[in-house]
Amino acid sequence: MSEIPLVQLLTPEGERVTHPEYESTLGKDEIFGMHRDMTIIRRLCNEATSLQRQGQLALWAPLQGQEAAQIGAGRALQPMDFTFPSYREHGIAWCRGIPPEKWLRLFRAVDHGGWDPQQYRHSVPTIVIGNQALNAVGYAMGVQRDGAEEATMVFFGDGATSEGDVNEAFVWAGSFDAPIVFFVQNNQWAISEPTVRQSKIPLYRRAEGFGFPGIRVDGNDVLAVHEVTKRALAHAREGGGPTLIEAFTYRMGAHTTSDDPTRYRIDADVEVWKHRDPLERVKAYLVRQHQVPASEFDATSAEADALAAKLREDVLAMDSPDPLSIFEYAYADVHPLIEEGKRDMIELGVGGGAH
Amino acid sequence: MWKVAVGDTIALNQPLIDIETAKATVELPSPYAGVVTKLHGEVGDVVPVGAPLIEIEVGGGDAAPLATPAEPATTPQGEGRTAVLVGYGVATNEGAPTRHRRRGGAVAPAPAPPAPITSTAPALAPRSTPPVRLYAKQHGIDIESIQGTGRDGLITRSDVERVVSGGTPRARSAPAAPTGVTRFVGHELAPWESGPKEERIPVRGVLRSMADAMVQSAFSAPHAAAWVRVDASKSVELLSALKSRPSMANVRLSPLTLVALALCDAARHFPGINSRFDDAAGEVIVRRSVALGIAADTPRGLIVPNIKDADTLDLVGMADALTTLVEKARAGTTTPNEMIGTTLTITNVGPFGIDGAMPILPPGTSAIVAVGQIAKAPWVVDDEVVVRHVVEIAMSFDHRCIDGALASSVLAHVGRFLNDPAPALLAR
Repeated sequence: MSEIPLVQLLTPEGERVTHPEYESTLGKDEIFGMHRDMTIIRRLCNEATSLQRQGQLALWAPLQGQEAAQIGAGRALQPMDFTFPSYREHGIAWCRGIPPEKWLRLFRAVDHGGWDPQQYRHSVPTIVIGNQALNAVGYAMGVQRDGAEEATMVFFGDGATSEGDVNEAFVWAGSFDAPIVFFVQNNQWAISEPTVRQSKIPLYRRAEGFGFPGIRVDGNDVLAVHEVTKRALAHAREGGGPTLIEAFTYRMGAHTTSDDPTRYRIDADVEVWKHRDPLERVKAYLVRQHQVPASEFDATSAEADALAAKLREDVLAMDSPDPLSIFEYAYADVHPLIEEGKRDMIELGVGGGAH
Repeated sequence: MWKVAVGDTIALNQPLIDIETAKATVELPSPYAGVVTKLHGEVGDVVPVGAPLIEIEVGGGDAAPLATPAEPATTPQGEGRTAVLVGYGVATNEGAPTRHRRRGGAVAPAPAPPAPITSTAPALAPRSTPPVRLYAKQHGIDIESIQGTGRDGLITRSDVERVVSGGTPRARSAPAAPTGVTRFVGHELAPWESGPKEERIPVRGVLRSMADAMVQSAFSAPHAAAWVRVDASKSVELLSALKSRPSMANVRLSPLTLVALALCDAARHFPGINSRFDDAAGEVIVRRSVALGIAADTPRGLIVPNIKDADTLDLVGMADALTTLVEKARAGTTTPNEMIGTTLTITNVGPFGIDGAMPILPPGTSAIVAVGQIAKAPWVVDDEVVVRHVVEIAMSFDHRCIDGALASSVLAHVGRFLNDPAPALLAR
């Protein structure tokens, strides 16, 4: 994969390998559960892509190829932890128990978020690249001041590491030993810009300059991601400060449904990464080591299909929001300018239950 | 490309067709399971947003006839009716595509077939911006009655102001022609649907010159061609490195700059390529100065202005000369003197996404080089397949005076230059 050290516990061929510092203690059922999670989010993601093509969603950001990075990280979280996603973290949303149709509300443009962040301990998707890193560090510093034993985890892509926000977040987190885990999914492409153009050194090594540890993990190895994340979260909860985890993975599809990756990258790269598929290696391992029968995988696929059908049904049945709801949720308290805007809209005859 | 045919039974989300939009080529999955009853449009057609693409009979039998006028949009799915799939939602009588329907009596209503779209019925609401809509409303003007002059027919504030200040409200004309190459021999062609069945365009001006020159050349000079594929990765790197230098900020460097320098360099090494076969005089004229012709696609048609004494130019000089040449060609300010005396020509087909071409010689010249696109491609280096930036250089030449050996030497020289431009540039 590369000469740069990275933590791997399960090879692309599905062989368990050892690492001097990290070892997974997960048993067959837990690993099968992760395969199920990955199967379901891949299936739901494909359904969402179809819905966009069919004019039912304005946009969709596919996660295919990054299932292990997200499920491995998502399953390492504890209920009290708080997470800040970008807009591709559908797998994290799944792990946090957010119903899939809520993920799509933003992309159908019927909602500015989709869910109550407090209810699920998961912030709403952030479209502005890297901005959530600052929000997350601020949150983590609050947790630190409350003396609570919980970790904050923030997700972003390799492109975000070129943003000022993320670097500022690193500075603050490093200076204050904030209880946070920075999780960068290096999927090799910031839309059409390759990672190698964005950083002269591997991304995980950036952490050193900010004064906290960084580690690269095989982002397509759900066991390794789980173990590395689990340890970083515990480190944060115990007051050890931040960690930067670079999940080395690959975006198999387009950046979003508005993108055509064949314009800037070659099929050969994609072919190479197909052999590193995050689901296939887990399946190979479960079949070979634990003799999991094909019928169990078929049952997972059927479950995923049923969830996809339900998702489609839910999306098609979504109500259009009251246009005036655009003024809600921006501020906790009444804000005079927001109120003025709302009054103007009403005068123009927009919204207000007229539909 | 259609992936289904009429009569096919298709599943939900089965790929139907590849659609090319301004940004991407995408595969369209079927929103319905059923039987394909009609395909709208052929491969290569430009289909307006909102126009039907395909008709699918869903559910049981008893299908509605194909061209049924719009039914109520709340007709439940599964009663055996024709669903119409469109690019981004369904055009309705109200104008704007209805994207979100409020939950009615029926679950997940299937979009009704739109009323037949004709060239006079706009498929979409007039495009404008909220402040302009408000401005129009405040002045009691129906925005639908205004013809937009902004980009893609956008109705701008000044459009509304014109109506406010006494102009008559103008009816919306037919939707804008589908985007595509509608320019032909210097004329803007009417859309396929609305243009005459047969159209006659007088042959004059640039078109006349192009036709005469090509005929004269094609039927007097026996054309032969040769081509070479070159690993131009170092050229790409060099250009990229140079472009990032502040001192080069105002210089427009492109692969064409290097090809032009390479060809001039080749002419210095092999002057025979810079010759002209004069049949009437019974002479071949060798010239030791390059007037480098550049085939330029202009709004008026194809013209080939040249850069005099191009062989004396350095990198920046060549880049500037090319920039000036192209700007003048586009602006239509090329002088007659800049059009005569060409000794060698380059036609740059790369920007069209083309790998190569076999061009016809401009009269009075013996070689023309076609430069293809520079694209990443597998390339063998030390028995390993690696990804390199590869370009194809093709040359047509007048076989009366230039033989295959000379042509090959010149091409190979150009190829070597592009393969490793730095030494060649420094040697000059």
